[in-house]
Amino acid sequence: MAFIELPIIYKSLKCVAFSLRTLREKIKKVSEQQLFKVTIDNITIEVPAGTTILNAARQIGGEVAPPAMCYYSKLQGSGGKCRTCLVEVSRGSEKDPRPMPKLVASCRTTVMDGMEVKNITSPKVIDARAGIVEFLLLNHPLDCPICDQAGECHLQDLSYEHGKEGTRYEFQKRVFKKHDLGPYIQLHMTRCILCYRCVFTADQLTDKREHGVLDRGDHSEIATFIEKNLDHDFIGNVIDVCPVGALTDKTFRFKNRVWFTKPVDAHRDCPTCSGQVQLWMRGDEVFRVTARKDEWGEVKDTTDGKPGWICNTCRFEKKHINDWVIEGPSKVNRHSVIAQGHYIGLQKPEEIMPKVMHGRAPKLLMDIHSVSEVNRTNIELSLIDGPATSKTFNHSEKTNA
Amino acid sequence: MQTLKSSPPSGDRGMQALTNRSKILERKPMTFLESIYLWNILKGMMITFSHIFKKQPTIHYPEQTRPFSPVFRGLHVLNRDEEGRERCTACGLCAVACPAEAITMEAAERLPGEENLYREEKYAARYEINMLRCIFCGLCEEACPKDAIYLSETFTPASFTRESFIYGKKDLLIPDPVTKPAEFAAAKGIKN
Ligand code: SF4
Ligand code: SF4
Ligand code: SF4
Ligand code: FES
Repeated sequence: MAFIELPIIYKSLKCVAFSLRTLREKIKKVSEQQLFKVTIDNITIEVPAGTTILNAARQIGGEVAPPAMCYYSKLQGSGGKCRTCLVEVSRGSEKDPRPMPKLVASCRTTVMDGMEVKNITSPKVIDARAGIVEFLLLNHPLDCPICDQAGECHLQDLSYEHGKEGTRYEFQKRVFKKHDLGPYIQLHMTRCILCYRCVFTADQLTDKREHGVLDRGDHSEIATFIEKNLDHDFIGNVIDVCPVGALTDKTFRFKNRVWFTKPVDAHRDCPTCSGQVQLWMRGDEVFRVTARKDEWGEVKDTTDGKPGWICNTCRFEKKHINDWVIEGPSKVNRHSVIAQGHYIGLQKPEEIMPKVMHGRAPKLLMDIHSVSEVNRTNIELSLIDGPATSKTFNHSEKTNA
Repeated sequence: MQTLKSSPPSGDRGMQALTNRSKILERKPMTFLESIYLWNILKGMMITFSHIFKKQPTIHYPEQTRPFSPVFRGLHVLNRDEEGRERCTACGLCAVACPAEAITMEAAERLPGEENLYREEKYAARYEINMLRCIFCGLCEEACPKDAIYLSETFTPASFTRESFIYGKKDLLIPDPVTKPAEFAAAKGIKN
């Protein structure tokens, strides 16, 4: 027996040795990998060959990084659709110093050694980007007052940054037939900018993709194929990747404005996902659950380094404060409207009334909750399934009386 | 008899006159004619009687009202459009703009069949302004993207109870110009 097996053992040993050698070579290659010197907005940085201009600029950070509406570092193949990341290449490379004739999409263009890139230092880029924002808004209904994404919408930020929040379009805007994407996700096709992020998410995170882009040109739309609900555990992440308000959380729909809710980091033991989320709360009520976001507005990596996609159970079903372990208030960029009212380290002022009144309660004090119609305890907005309607309010009025 | 000027306590610099227009007070004892006050009373009466022939500055409110400045900022109204639909879409911009945090609201989704009531897909099911907090700055009016809230040219009426200063939608909404044209016209008339 042993006699027969010897050559096999020998062969497999050789095999292991060979693979070890190739591995070593690969590691050597990576460490010797060429670093390209690239100058973006007069800041020079060295990045490995194959890095895109956008990612190199993100390594520098701040305003140098071009805005990206379709590129998403956690989704393979994303980018190249929206053109907001256009930059000017004023020097092609060390070997060929001619500038590139047109502005290039930085999320899809890799750096060359000695390349010089202009982003915010180029008036051409700023102008082109303003034009692109106008095109993105061409068919957009501009319904931010209604939209749940307002306040954390990249398109809103982009348009205000370029002074293009209005419209010059005078024709009938494109409209769509309403699509129902199930009980959790709300689709407003009119707001979609066709960035394909949700399609890539559905493709890469879930095993059966049931939604894609139909039709062409002006008529293209993200739609379910023949009214099938999207019922995969991770499909809720399309809400987080959507840069605009086209895909929003139906369980949060119209319940509050994001800037009145307070983001806190929290986690729970989840068998399906990492369970590391951000809760959007008012008082003790959990209005919305989302993944945590990094400075580029993308889903943040979890503590073990994997992208922090969260599952539908965490996102849509755990709306009770007892479901979560609260870690503390999330960091909010102070330029964001969400930072208003997001007080960190707030100390409640001492109740002085009983003290100065020698323990007696003041006679003329009015408890606002006994008068106010808003925030009645019999309507827990955060716990009802979909948006509140006249039924929610009228029904409770009857039970009140 | 000392004059005030002769006796400032030395070192009390704070009591020194700020200008050189200060009068020196003299305290001579009154003469007999002065002490019966007859002349002074007569002088006072003359002033009083002369006012009878002057123009009255009093405005007899509520029969008369003062003319309001066109930029007067008074009690809020919630607007409707020409078809009588509520304009407010519960966007919360007035509430976030309000420096006194006087505004609260709760939004609801418009159901099919309610299109004649609400202009947009979302509307304010509850909308409340706490007039005790409001400082009538008008920032809510400025913030509103839907032309839904205006500060009118009326005062918030006085009241004995604090509860009556919490204005809800039924207090704020203007009468429907379609279903209640008479009330709408009346409301407009009072304001103009
Ligand atoms: S729905 Fe959102 S994520 Fe999907 S293509 Fe449209 S804008 Fe992009
Ligand atoms: S007038 Fe000023 S203080 Fe009063 S509700 Fe409007 S924003 Fe607030
Ligand atoms: S009154 Fe205007 S600003 Fe305030 S919630 Fe309504 S639409 Fe928005
Ligand atoms: S981010 Fe580069 S084209 Fe959209």
